[in-house]
Amino acid sequence: MASADIKAGDRIVHKVFPPITRHTLALYCGASGDHNPIHVDIDFAKAAGFPDVFAHGMLVMAYLGQALTDAVPPSRLRSFATRFVAITQLGARLTCEGTVTELFAENGERRARLALTARDDRGEVKLEGSAIVAL
Amino acid sequence: MVDQSAVGRSFTPVTARVEPGRLRYFLNTLGEENPTYRDADAARAAGFTGMPVPPTYLFCLEMMDVDDPFEMFSALGIDLARVLHGEQSFVYHAPVLVGDTLTFRPRVASVTDKKGGAMTLIGIRCEVTNQDGVHVADTARTIVVRNEVAS
Repeated sequence: MASADIKAGDRIVHKVFPPITRHTLALYCGASGDHNPIHVDIDFAKAAGFPDVFAHGMLVMAYLGQALTDAVPPSRLRSFATRFVAITQLGARLTCEGTVTELFAENGERRARLALTARDDRGEVKLEGSAIVAL
Repeated sequence: MVDQSAVGRSFTPVTARVEPGRLRYFLNTLGEENPTYRDADAARAAGFTGMPVPPTYLFCLEMMDVDDPFEMFSALGIDLARVLHGEQSFVYHAPVLVGDTLTFRPRVASVTDKKGGAMTLIGIRCEVTNQDGVHVADTARTIVVRNEVAS
């Protein structure tokens, strides 16, 4: 990210991830410590009224965070927030993007606010959020 | 159903050590190849005094080693099958590095009924400090509970 010439409207974050598999969900269950069976046990998910297991919201947020710190050095990240808009289904191939919405000064540094989205391959928004980064 | 009496309620503080092997498993699961998270020299070159953790890893650290990661739900009488994650935020004040020991102090900040009681939104806020007492981050999450409504 070339911080000197960055401006509102610039899309600086863009990354596409491989499809989410049952295996991904099992690994993430262990890796994250989030052992809610709704993400790995189809019987539990069905009993709870869902057609199948579905991705942890935090797995999708982790992908969005990865796309973010590919574009912005981790040391410059000041805040990161998301709203989980829709359930992310198995097989979803996520595209994570971020666009600069505002430049401002805070705590003695120049900062940018980014608007973030994670969409599946049909274009449906799964997560929308924002981040503040130091320039 | 969770009501306003839950606001202000706090739960057992969680202490978690940032272990390199656990972190590597997380990075591998996500296909995270950013050298800043994987290579000590790259982390130093990126301005860290140790190996930093990715942006959402604080959420994992709060859950991974506790006896009952869903203590809050059982304490509030919430069925895990009825819970969805609504919102999540992190405000970062100082780096979190491999080898750090963090303390999480979660509390209920808000309880809001939606859709005529069909859903309850529970706001949880959590201050995170490290082994030196440095306030490294604040996290916040909104939990959506799908209530059982008589039809």
